[in-house]
Amino acid sequence: MSKDTVVIDVKDVITKFGERIVHDGVTLHINKNEIYGILGESGSGKSVLMKEMIMLLEPYDGKIAILGHTLNTIGYKEAQQLREEWGVLFQFGALYSSMTIAENIEVQLKEYTNISKQMRDELVRSKIALVGLDAHVGALYPSELSGGMIKRAALARALAMEPKLLFLDEPTSGLDPVGARHFDKLIKELRDMLGITVVMITHDLDSIFSIVDRMAVLADKHVVAQGTLENVLQSKHPFVEEFFKNEYTKHTYRDKIGLK
Amino acid sequence: MIIISKLNLILPIIVTMNEQFLVIKIENDSLKLFSIGKWTLSSIRQIEIQLEKIPHDKKIIWDVSDVSDFDSAGVLLFKKYYERFKEETLVDVIAYTSVQKEMYDLLAAHTLEAIPQRTEHYLENLGKKAVNAYMDMKDFITFIGHVFVAMFYALFNFKNIRIKEMVYHVHHSGFNALLIIGLTSFLVGMVIAYQGAVQLAKFGADIFIVDTVGISIVRELGPMITAIVIAGRSGSAYTAEIGAMKITEEISAMRTMGFDPYNFLVLPRIFALIIALPLLIFFSDIMGIFGGMVASQLQLNISMAQFIDRLYEVLEVKHYILGMIKGPVFAFVIASIGCFRGFQVSDNTESLGLQTTASVVNAIFLVIMFDALFSIIYTGLDL
Repeated sequence: MSKDTVVIDVKDVITKFGERIVHDGVTLHINKNEIYGILGESGSGKSVLMKEMIMLLEPYDGKIAILGHTLNTIGYKEAQQLREEWGVLFQFGALYSSMTIAENIEVQLKEYTNISKQMRDELVRSKIALVGLDAHVGALYPSELSGGMIKRAALARALAMEPKLLFLDEPTSGLDPVGARHFDKLIKELRDMLGITVVMITHDLDSIFSIVDRMAVLADKHVVAQGTLENVLQSKHPFVEEFFKNEYTKHTYRDKIGLK
Repeated sequence: MIIISKLNLILPIIVTMNEQFLVIKIENDSLKLFSIGKWTLSSIRQIEIQLEKIPHDKKIIWDVSDVSDFDSAGVLLFKKYYERFKEETLVDVIAYTSVQKEMYDLLAAHTLEAIPQRTEHYLENLGKKAVNAYMDMKDFITFIGHVFVAMFYALFNFKNIRIKEMVYHVHHSGFNALLIIGLTSFLVGMVIAYQGAVQLAKFGADIFIVDTVGISIVRELGPMITAIVIAGRSGSAYTAEIGAMKITEEISAMRTMGFDPYNFLVLPRIFALIIALPLLIFFSDIMGIFGGMVASQLQLNISMAQFIDRLYEVLEVKHYILGMIKGPVFAFVIASIGCFRGFQVSDNTESLGLQTTASVVNAIFLVIMFDALFSIIYTGLDL
């Protein structure tokens, strides 16, 4: 594992909210070109960890480095550059409600590049088509969209700046199963072709079994299992046992979890 | 001319901006195009400019395999110009990598017709605004109807009145506003006295400053200042609170649980203001007169004792009562507009801002309108 291949390096991160300790020494690394899942029960600090990675929160202690930038000591300019290199999909879309979907996707292109209006339109249309939305959706406002459509539109916006790094907070929650698989397929295709790195918080077993390469399981303030599905399945932690080896998964994914 | 074209044969023309993304070799019957460098989002503009300069009168042979880096924007740009050149001339893409092909196919499989524009004619806008204004009016009347029904119901089911919420709102909208209302009234009282003093001193009628300040504050300015401050302070808060609950679907949740929002959200706020506003007006009266008293002493040398003496003589109780009567009316107007605008919030953040603004503007306007109405009635009744 050379230095260039590690895109995200999280070391001994401690997070506290007042007296409540959320992370007590979380360490993980994410390699280039991989789809990395962050799993864990509710309240285990998955979203908080992601927020720390995208500089919305600062950890109490520990070190996070993204694409070679150490976040603890990052300056304003460097941070702005870094922000142009990633795309973030928020759990509930977080689309700007005063702009149409097309404008939402276009906004960063307009602010940060000098691409012509005509080409911007092409880019926006291609992104909207890519996530499986219709042309007329581009002219609608977020409040006029259903939850699933908002998710797709938000993915289109996250992809707008051709990010090297994609953060997805529960990308498939709230989508219908067909849409969710389409989503998985699209993310995998983009990863394969563009060599991007994807970090996703997910509970979706289908996503975990089909597209996630490596994952970290957060529980009890620590990473209790990490690595490929096989590695994680060897963990004896109660959450891992419960999550991967319950009656449903035993039945549905028997070959994947190594049951005969 | 001939020399130039000869040169073209020998030297590849390099279209240069700051960086080069295309190498062109013109041959007799064709034009060879080599894409090089980074075809990524950050260089799209420059590549586009260079592509625009490509003549397409000959067959184009395009080699894209030497691109050092590309993203979907780069491929999209290639696709756009590939299609455009193809309309004019023969285009042959001779070399590409498999990943480029995959990306191209993915983009080609997901294309979209133009996004319809949301254009609005000004007549259409005018019509919409007129209909909206009419609907707002209708909705407001319905809302007031609901409020009265809820009030009537509360009268006969006394235990249904939410005392705890009411006290909370009296505290927040009433008690917490004391400082700002006191200060505003004090300053207005002072200003009135200063302005009056200059005029009255000309006639040697200094002592009449007491009449001016006393009656105008108690009858008009006290209630008015209080109502305007409260409209800005609490009316907007009511809209924002209820509007935020609307956005997060808390109101819908309440309805499904059988908690009537009128009873739980609107009535406590209206009752609270009806209780708090007259008390605040009383406080405002005192502070306003005190302000006038201070200014009179400074400007006209009327001592406080003299001022109070004169106040006893001229300030009849009726002025105080006439001022006070306005209190509950203003309170009802402010609280009901505030709550109504809150319910009008649709499920986006923008409308929350719009409705909060509308709430304050409407409330202040209606307060002034009702004040004018009171003046007409009082004059008509010779009060």
